[in-house]
Parts: sequence; C-alpha cells; structure tokens
Amino acid sequence: MLKLSGVVTSYGSLPVLKGVSLEVKGGEIVCLLGGNASGKSTTMKTILGTVPPRKGTIEFDGQRIDGLPTAEIVRRGISLVPEGRRIFARMTVWENLVMGAFTRREAPADELTEDLERIYGLFPRLRERRDQLGGTLSGGEQQMLAIGRALMSRPRLLLMDEPSMGLAPALVDLVFDIIREINSRGMTILVVEQNASVALSMAHRGYVLKNGRIVMHDRASALLEAEGVRRAYLGEA
Amino acid sequence: MDSFAILPQQLVFGIALGTVYSLIALGYTLVYGILFMINFAHGEVFMIGAYLGWGLLTWLLSAQLSSLHPLWVLPLLLLQGMIGAGLVGLSLEFFAYRPLYKRGATRLGPLISAVGASIFLQNLVMLTQGARMKVYMTSLLFPPSWRLQVAGVNISALLIVITLTSTLLMFGLHYLVQHTTLGRAMRAVAEDREMAEIVGVKVWRVIAATFFLGSSLGGAAGVLVGLYYTQIDFFMGYSAGLKAFTAAVLGGIGNIRGAMLGGLVLGIAESLAVTFMNPAYRDVITFAILILTLIFRPTGLLGERLSEWEKL
Repeated sequence: MLKLSGVVTSYGSLPVLKGVSLEVKGGEIVCLLGGNASGKSTTMKTILGTVPPRKGTIEFDGQRIDGLPTAEIVRRGISLVPEGRRIFARMTVWENLVMGAFTRREAPADELTEDLERIYGLFPRLRERRDQLGGTLSGGEQQMLAIGRALMSRPRLLLMDEPSMGLAPALVDLVFDIIREINSRGMTILVVEQNASVALSMAHRGYVLKNGRIVMHDRASALLEAEGVRRAYLGEA
Repeated sequence: MDSFAILPQQLVFGIALGTVYSLIALGYTLVYGILFMINFAHGEVFMIGAYLGWGLLTWLLSAQLSSLHPLWVLPLLLLQGMIGAGLVGLSLEFFAYRPLYKRGATRLGPLISAVGASIFLQNLVMLTQGARMKVYMTSLLFPPSWRLQVAGVNISALLIVITLTSTLLMFGLHYLVQHTTLGRAMRAVAEDREMAEIVGVKVWRVIAATFFLGSSLGGAAGVLVGLYYTQIDFFMGYSAGLKAFTAAVLGGIGNIRGAMLGGLVLGIAESLAVTFMNPAYRDVITFAILILTLIFRPTGLLGERLSEWEKL
C-alpha cells in the first residue's frame, strides 16, 4: 500500500533521512522504532509531504505521491496523528473534528454527520465534550481527539507519531487498544513508538531506524526477541 | 461652552470614530494573528480605499444622475473600496511578504518590507493623484439637515450610518471567522500552521484570504473616513494606521474581539480628551495609551498570556 524507496530528506544541508526504504501492506500495523533524532518523525512528515524528500520515491497504492502537496496526499487517503497530539486548543472538540475533514469539505453534510457519529461512537467522551475547547481536555482525551480528527479525512493509511507519549500507563494501554480496534476494522497503520515493547506486541512487522537509516526489519515477534532491539529499546542490559 | 455640557455629544463622536478605528485595527490583528507580522502598509490600504471611494463618488456626481440616494450609493462606494483595497492587500501579501517567507525570512525582513511597501504606496498615490487633498462631496449625499436630536445631542445621519456600517462589517467578520470553513481554517493556521497543513489546509491560500479580508475592512474604513472628514490626502494612512495599530495593541494584538474593543476605547478616549483638553493633545493621548499598554499590559486588554509568538 505504501512504499518508500531510498528516501533522502534534509533540513537545509543537514541530512536526516539517508536512504530510507520501507513498505506497509494493506491491513497491517507496522511499527517504526528508533531512538531520539533517528528520523522517525521526519519519516512521517516526508510521507505526508510537509517536508519534501530530496531523493527517492514514495508510492501509495502504486502511484507516486512524493512532491505532491500535503492537501492532495491527505485527500488520497493518508492522515497523521502527530507527535504531541497537536490538537487545536482554541477550537472546540467539534471544530477540531471538522478540521480533520478539511479535505472533504465539499462532501455532503450527511456524510460528515455520519463520520462524526462514527468517531463519537468510538470515543463517547468526545461527544460529551463536543462544545468544549480542545485545550481544556485531559491528555488522554486530547489523544482521542487527535485520532478522531485524523480519522475524519477517511484515510486508508493512518500514520501515528508517538501515540503513547506523555500518557499515564493506564491510558497507554487504552490508546493501544484503540489502535488495535481501528486496525481490526480494516485500517492500515504505521506507528512510530519509543515504547517498543508495547508497540511490537501490537504490530505485525517492525523497522528499526538509526541515524536516518533502516538497520533492521522483521516480523514484530522476531524483533521482540532480537538481541539488538532488546538492548537498545527494551531497556535490558 | 461648558465641557460637561458637550460630553454626550463627544461620546457619540467617540463611538463613531472608535468603530472606524476598530475596523482598521482588525486588518492589523488578522494579519498578525496568522503571520506574527505587523503589516505597516495597512494604513496605506485604508488610504487607497478612501481614494477609490472618492473617485467613484466624484464620477457619480459628474455623471449628473437624477438622484443620488445614499441607500444605493453608499453600498456601491463601500463595495468598490473594499474590493479595491482587498486586491491591494492581496498584492502586498504576494509581492512584498510571501517571497520573503518562502525564502525563510525571520520576523525582521517582512517588517522592513512592510515599511517599504507603505512608502511605495504613499508615493504611488501622490504621483498619480497629486499631492493636494481631494474633497468628498459628502453634503450632496448626506444633506446636513438629516439629523437626529436626542436629549440635546445632535446626531447626523452620516454619523449613524458610519457607526452602523462599521458595526455590521465587524459582526460579519466575526461570523465568518467563527462559523465558516474559511474562518476555521484561519484560526487553525493562526494557532498551529504546521498542523493546519497536516489536515490538508493550503496555508498560503488562507493567508492570502486573510489579507484580502483585513484589507477590505480597511478599505471600507477609508470610504467612511473620507465621507466624514471630507478631505483626504495620500498621507492620511500614516496617522490613522498608527492609531488603529494602537487600538489593536490595546485590545491585544491577534485577538479579533480585542481589536474591536481597543478601537472603541481609543475612539472614546480621544473624543473625551479633546473635550477636556486642548484638541492638539489628541495624538498625545493616543500614543500615551500605546506606550502605557506596552509597559503595563503588553498582551493587551483581551490578549492571551500564552500567545503563539511568545513560544517562537
């Protein structure tokens, strides 16, 4: 479904991705692991086109999407739950969700209502708080809102950047349950995580990113067992 | 005359003047909210609006139409002033600011570009229209006899029209920003530009639309001020612009309701000050308010403490 081949991205003259190739197949949860500054978030931004790649190709459903404007990439069915949630704090929950459907603003109103109902069904808390400002929500509710907002564009591929970051342990489990739930309904997911053990236990496959290069990729269960991953990301000596 | 006796009268002037300041201040605040830049050429956009209104009014008068009723002439003047000024704002954004931002300008470059654009527009108008002032034939549109007497206060029809028009335009803008797709996109870009892009907003289109909107309000204010003071010149945008900027800062720059409130407060403060002091002190009052605001409440009356620019 998504295929990156030899993607190079740099900020100014500083290369961050130095030839990243990876593939996500329809229906999968793929996990991208890596330490700080390994290029995980940049990979996400490159796929979505907010940072254009210098070299390499990105294909989505067999069509090149590198170089397209972000709005077009979102319209074709990719959306991002960004690191730190980034909800619009001064807009209401409802407005945040409607912003998520920005690329579908020409769609019939009842279609949007239907999508809103679907999100409210998945996250009943958001329905209760739909007229509250996003900034007044708790961390967990903000994460639900960020996921809901991303789903409003009707994506077929959901990119998630550190969905567990800054959440209490109980909420981390909840967020990963939600990810499984969304995936079981047919959504393909590429997730970036530092919380490697939880992420790998949920994912089908994983890639390990180091200094802008993929250094390892395998089935998630194999990565959980792999010596290097255990040492580097699972906190084992 | 006793100062207190003319107080109500001055209050009425102050409110009318204040709504016009608010209208101009909105242009500063909209652009600041989205780009964190003070568009110092906005005063000139206002001035061009006044010239456009003058041009059309003079032409209509010379066409010797049988009757010029303000009911259709005023909307026509406003519409033309707003569209024209809006286009000037769009060009400013496209030629004077966007190229700088696209090349990674920080905050100083666009500011200098704005000052340059301001001088450019002033001189352009002076060279094409002449340096002498132009006269709005307001009395042919609003005869001085059209007035209301309320409890000893004289309120001309024109003053009422100005206040109503400005208020209506402000409500219109407020509705647009709060309840339309474009308005939501504007607020999203203002709050988190990258996130707005991530949900698929074409950020530069929204910025251009913001410039158009803010500038068109400035253009409408130009027409209203022209009708009221009847004399306009190429330099009028300078002081009006600075005053409206003061109003925007007073209310909390970047905050739409703040700009409305700031304009009103400033207009009333000026009118009252003129009542009790030598009118020559008018500008001293305005800029004393600016300085005091910056010292004691830099975020303005309605400004938020944790605005985006503090994080930059």
